[in-house]
Amino acid sequence: MKLTLRVWRQKNAGAPGAMSTYEVDGISQDMSFLEMLDTLNEELILEGDDPVAFDHDCREGICGACSLVINGDAHGPERTTTCQLHMRSFEDGDTIDIEPWRASAFPVVKDLVVDRSAFDRIIQAGGYISAPTGTAPDAHATPVPKPDADFAFEHAECIGCGACVAACPNGSAMLFTSAKVNHLNVLPQGAPERETRVLDMVGQMDSEGFGGCTLTGECATACPKGIPLPSISAMNKEWLRATRKVHR
Amino acid sequence: MTRTLWDSSVGKKTIMAVSGLIMLLYLVVHMVGNLKIFFGSDEFNGYAHWLRVMGEPFLHHEWALWIVRVVLVAAVVLHAVSAYQLSRRDLRARPSKYVHKKPRASYATNTMRYGGIIMALFIVWHILDLTTGTVHSGGFQSGHPYQNVIDTFSTWYGNVIYIVAMLAMGLHVQHGFWSAAQTLGAGRATRDRALKTLANVLALVLTVGFVSVPVAVMTGVVS
Ligand code: HEM
Ligand code: SF4
Ligand code: FES
Repeated sequence: MKLTLRVWRQKNAGAPGAMSTYEVDGISQDMSFLEMLDTLNEELILEGDDPVAFDHDCREGICGACSLVINGDAHGPERTTTCQLHMRSFEDGDTIDIEPWRASAFPVVKDLVVDRSAFDRIIQAGGYISAPTGTAPDAHATPVPKPDADFAFEHAECIGCGACVAACPNGSAMLFTSAKVNHLNVLPQGAPERETRVLDMVGQMDSEGFGGCTLTGECATACPKGIPLPSISAMNKEWLRATRKVHR
Repeated sequence: MTRTLWDSSVGKKTIMAVSGLIMLLYLVVHMVGNLKIFFGSDEFNGYAHWLRVMGEPFLHHEWALWIVRVVLVAAVVLHAVSAYQLSRRDLRARPSKYVHKKPRASYATNTMRYGGIIMALFIVWHILDLTTGTVHSGGFQSGHPYQNVIDTFSTWYGNVIYIVAMLAMGLHVQHGFWSAAQTLGAGRATRDRALKTLANVLALVLTVGFVSVPVAVMTGVVS
């Protein structure tokens, strides 16, 4: 396959950025999208140019490091992570636009790499449980009803990639935050911090400068892990409950 | 708790949802009341008179009406101020746009924002037109709403302003009712269909109900 790539290039956080056009040839349909970018970077390095910076780590869809808005879609046209997107989703001769996640809470570091540490700070604000240390407890020591376990697992799938923020016209982190809150709040292990968790994580989310939810649903459409839109409503319910119970 | 609500994006959105639902309830009642125009001037004017005496003798003359007005003004102000502040936050959170645009992404957000502005302007015009009579087209007579309504809908601009505002209202209610359910924590995957259907029905009934009045005046069904 021969492709035309229009890629966002930006030297650093302070520099202005712009789209640059590159041609790549000899791309196999079996390559992943990131392998295609590796091919481009090899050529750029041989020509003495600066390679395109992009985030990646596991390349198997589980770590949440990869990003990229491809032709206007976070993680591209398939519902998966960019590392699991394959070139068979494109046609020979296509022009592909590649941009970084855009949100003021995710400033660009270089090219396609953005700083997602705002997510880490949301997790630090309440995405943990207080567990006693020592030997691992027996697996059946704390029974969890099956529907609750399923609900927790569904939300535990969030890999913190930030596609929800990138896709949202308001740059909102509500889907991510709701996945993390719901995951722990439904479990008995998460019960001691149930109220403070949701209040603190939403508070941190607000102070990081993410937008609010207008229920456009773009986040859930983009999420590679299928975190559903009603998760946001479930978190709102937890937040309202906590506001009634905790007086600060 | 009030501070927590006002300072949080989730809390402010709750205020929007509650004030929106209060206005929605009022709109349903208002629409049903308007339909009385199809039963002649005596019944319509009589109904308008009753609005002033309702609650008597327990309440003083017009007290009930003023209570409704105060609640509505509070709802409109809270709703509009929250809408403004939340929209400002949203726009700040996404200052640079994507080069490769996807038009449908902001459809709901835009209909809510522009529709809201249209409705805010309409509410001012509507009160100056049919409550105070300041911008009324005919000889405004308080106590004779039947004639006043006919005068308003006998001008082309009266009809245009009203119908445009009602279409904006319909779209606002369609997304707003379902949104309010999500905001208040009532959203579930299993109920999504039912909530969306209810929102569509509410929006359609309100729009048709409100628009039927100017259409009836234009076509001479009500004269
Ligand atoms: C003063 C005129 C109005 C303005 C400026 C306005 C503006 C808005 C905006 C911008 C939103 C979306 C806010 C966000 O999610 O960030 C919204 C939501 C909403 N509006 Fe309005 N609106 C107005 C009048 C009304 C009226 C008359 C109703 C009654 C039917 C209404 C019902 C709602 C509801 C139920 C919501 C959903 C709240 C939620 O998402 O939880 N609004 N409004
Ligand atoms: S909710 Fe989905 S899109 Fe958002 S960070 Fe988690 S996995 Fe990524
Ligand atoms: S690189 Fe780990 S999820 Fe894509």
